[in-house]
Amino acid sequence: MTGESIANRPLAGSADDSLGTLRIRLTTLARLALPLLAGLVVLTAFLWAVFPEVFAPRSPTQALASARLQPPGTAFLFGTDNIGRDLFSRVVHGAGVSIAGASLAVLIGLVAGCMIGVPSGYIGGRLDEVVMRVIDTLLSIPSLLLALMVVTALGPGTENAAVAVGIAAIATFARLSRTQVLLCRSETYIEAARLAGSSSLYTLARHVLPNIAPTLLGVAVLEFGLALLALAGLSFLGYGAAAPTPEWGSLVAEGRNYIAFAWWLTTLPGLVVVTLVLSLNYLSSLLVRR
Amino acid sequence: MSAETTSLSAKADPAHRGARLLRYSSTRLLNGLLVALGAYTISYIILYFLPSDPVEIMLQGGGDGLYVTPEQVEAARRQYGLDGSPLAQYLTGLLRIASGSLGDSIQFSAPVAELISRALPPALALAVLAGIGAALLGAGIALLAHLTRNPALRVLLEALPPLGASVPVFWVGLLLLQAFSFGFRIFPPMGNDSLASLVLPALALSVPSAASIAQVLSRNLAEALTQPYCKYARMKGCTHAQVVLRYAFKNALPPVVGMLGVIIGGLLTGAVVTETVFTREGLGRLTERAVTFQDIPLVQGIVLFCAVVFIVVTLVADLLVLLLDPRTRRTLGGVAS
Repeated sequence: MTGESIANRPLAGSADDSLGTLRIRLTTLARLALPLLAGLVVLTAFLWAVFPEVFAPRSPTQALASARLQPPGTAFLFGTDNIGRDLFSRVVHGAGVSIAGASLAVLIGLVAGCMIGVPSGYIGGRLDEVVMRVIDTLLSIPSLLLALMVVTALGPGTENAAVAVGIAAIATFARLSRTQVLLCRSETYIEAARLAGSSSLYTLARHVLPNIAPTLLGVAVLEFGLALLALAGLSFLGYGAAAPTPEWGSLVAEGRNYIAFAWWLTTLPGLVVVTLVLSLNYLSSLLVRR
Repeated sequence: MSAETTSLSAKADPAHRGARLLRYSSTRLLNGLLVALGAYTISYIILYFLPSDPVEIMLQGGGDGLYVTPEQVEAARRQYGLDGSPLAQYLTGLLRIASGSLGDSIQFSAPVAELISRALPPALALAVLAGIGAALLGAGIALLAHLTRNPALRVLLEALPPLGASVPVFWVGLLLLQAFSFGFRIFPPMGNDSLASLVLPALALSVPSAASIAQVLSRNLAEALTQPYCKYARMKGCTHAQVVLRYAFKNALPPVVGMLGVIIGGLLTGAVVTETVFTREGLGRLTERAVTFQDIPLVQGIVLFCAVVFIVVTLVADLLVLLLDPRTRRTLGGVAS
């Protein structure tokens, strides 16, 4: 995207050819390297989530009394916490809870959102009008507040927080899938399918859904990152995982008490979240061409 | 809806146009009332219909396991209007709100409206400062990215908004605390009183909003720069800076004003985390406590308050867009969607 907009700009008198080819080579390299890097980050995070024992050098819960509040170094990659637990191992083990939570949230948002948005856009008319009114109303409540409301009703906990974030994302997916179906419905190939005699349910399954799936997937990747952020926020506030379980948001919250002299306890778990969310945002922008 | 989409003829006299504008605003206001009613309904469904029993949660409070007699449960049910059928409860609550009362908080045993209005001034100070910061930061980054001729700087500036959208607010707040309160000792780490105690929370809170402003503005600027009027301005001999600032910016701004509602919503909810990080008092802290103690009337009151703020700000923003962008005035329905 960046390369295109630079290329579109009229460059007055760029006679320097060698610089030009160098720039082209660099942009091709960047075009390949960045997606690879982002993919690698996401892959690593998922491997941490599935096989934490393989990647974590130590136990996430066992405390070493002799090594309290050690700064990052060769012995402890991310340092240790106030009772001597290895922070890197806790971050690796925390991936499972955070990623499972975000996956559940996106799944709820995607499935429920499409179940509302797809029929609304496909059938249209009165139904569409009513559904869109409800969606507009849902969007008038900020999503974190909606999630907090669900947490109030269900109580704190990892699953409840994930359900809350998922419910808050339903409106976004409903609106998106409805718009996509509307755009797709007016295409010539849909008309052709109808003229060829395919039933409306068959057209929906065979022609509409496959065409809107890539965009939905791209946005789902973006929402996955947003869900990770929202879940980290909820567990930072204390509505997520209970005390001994490592989770990314609560790791930052635990480190908060030692912020004056142990910078690594808050900085490094947060940095892991940022790296993963940034990679997801980038991959999503590649999948969704606007 | 059909009344809004009728096109406003270019020749319409000012009085006629004023009448149209009035009709448009009143339609939107009525719409807003419907959305507020919907927000109440949704909050009612979530808070009162999910598997948990609100009265039980209320009486158990923070889970301190007190023994409650059935008589007490009955009394609480009556007190909070939870003793009829679901529909009757819903209507009682609606009537109470229509008469101007948001009910009483359980945890603080005070009227919800009073608690919100007491938490509002510090929250407002934080939100206003963060909003100004977000506007300056976001517009600055987007404009600079399009003004600079240095490709490296441009790439760097264009990478900032996605980065800003990927960082958790509480983490930014903690980093700022580390650097400026415990590292350099410039700003106090907590507190409510001085202006200095407002700087770091406002900065942390402004990051996500600044990122979304920069993203939208940058996209609009890039699009505006390809338009014929920008090419024409360049042919007339305007410098690149003049084209960006005078022509492209003017046309790229209205959609950003249009997202004012979303930005204010983001600032209000971002305050929940920010105020916790910096141990400030305000609407966010009140929300955090309300959720922690499962104080259902208070949570519902805050949700309704935020929804109404969102509705009003969105309406004002849409009217502002009409004022800023003559093209939208031609079809008054243009901003309704």
